[in-house]
Amino acid sequence: MMAATWATIWISAAAIAIGFVLGVPLAVSAGRWWTALYISFFRGVPLLVQLLLAYYALPFVGIDIPAIVAAVGTLGLCCAAYMAEILRGGLALVPRGGVEAARLLGLSPLQTLLRIRLPIAAQAMRPALINEAILIIKASSLISVVGILELTRSAQALASSTFEPLPAYALCGVIYLVINVGLSIAAQGRGTGRPA
Amino acid sequence: MMQAFIDSLWATAQGLPVTLAIWLAAVVAGMALGFLVGALRFFAPRAVGWPLATLVETVRGVPFLVQCFLLYFGGPFIGIDLSPVMAGFVALTVYGAAYFSEVFRAGFMAVPQGQVEAARILGLSRPATVWRIMVPVMALGVLPSLANLAVILIKETAVLSIITVPELTFRVQGVGTSTFAFAETTLVLALVYWALVEGTAVAARGLERRIERALAA
Repeated sequence: MMAATWATIWISAAAIAIGFVLGVPLAVSAGRWWTALYISFFRGVPLLVQLLLAYYALPFVGIDIPAIVAAVGTLGLCCAAYMAEILRGGLALVPRGGVEAARLLGLSPLQTLLRIRLPIAAQAMRPALINEAILIIKASSLISVVGILELTRSAQALASSTFEPLPAYALCGVIYLVINVGLSIAAQGRGTGRPA
Repeated sequence: MMQAFIDSLWATAQGLPVTLAIWLAAVVAGMALGFLVGALRFFAPRAVGWPLATLVETVRGVPFLVQCFLLYFGGPFIGIDLSPVMAGFVALTVYGAAYFSEVFRAGFMAVPQGQVEAARILGLSRPATVWRIMVPVMALGVLPSLANLAVILIKETAVLSIITVPELTFRVQGVGTSTFAFAETTLVLALVYWALVEGTAVAARGLERRIERALAA
């Protein structure tokens, strides 16, 4: 179960990283129809169904990728839709003057986004981003369904081999709780949420 | 291939009522339980509030799937022997209640203290102050969050297919298993949920606006 815990942690971390990286262009292009469609789809369909879709429908149209890539990818794509909404809110909070100053100082629009607007937005939205990270860690339990060995899957294996589901799932729940509470305490402990 | 789509739609017709019934029952029960927990955490002394806070944080920190497994597979070992549908309803209610309680607690905290004091000075009893002053005042503020949570819970019902609740996902997946047309059936499933969630979100916003107008009048 120790190894499975690490699997859950790195799978979630990879999905959150993908979600953040993809969430930025989605947040910047908010309002376009394709962005709206993307966000609507990934927020409107249960993650379990998205995972099944990636697992069954992708090979059907000729895309044959390993289950773990499909699972982490789906988790990341879904996370991106939520990240985009959070970052859009954060970008709206960035003072116009700061953006104008950066442009006048000769920064390109991309530099302004990556070095000025994004850090301010992410800092302002930190509680929401941490919340989203916790949701992804919990959602990663669903990839046990497509047969990937992570925390929930290992608890299922333990439950069926010992015939004692109660301690197996209770231990599994406690581990998730420790990860999530640990993450939220670590996030709260760092700074005041304002850029230094 | 056409047959797979027709079979999926037939399975949808069978599974959708189960999904909607469990969802609606869990939203109503979850909101009631959530209101109770939220109110207790706001009004009751710390000795009551602290264990409740721990409980809420635990439910919010553990994946819904693991909670379903605990209740459905672990329950019988401590004398809680529920059918899949009942286990699904109870799990979704508890999960929803934890999130609803936070919304209500925040709602209570947002009521201006002056209005509460004014009501008490005017001679309203404590329960009357809660029901006739605090609840109406906070209702407008918590409405969007409650609607949003209710829509999120629709998506959580898909997880119940894993503990064999015969709802939408379970039924449509069953068609996939028996015909091997997994791609087509899953596509239908995704589109049905998409329409359901977007439709409910639109309906919730409409309902929100009507309640806002009624409260403002």
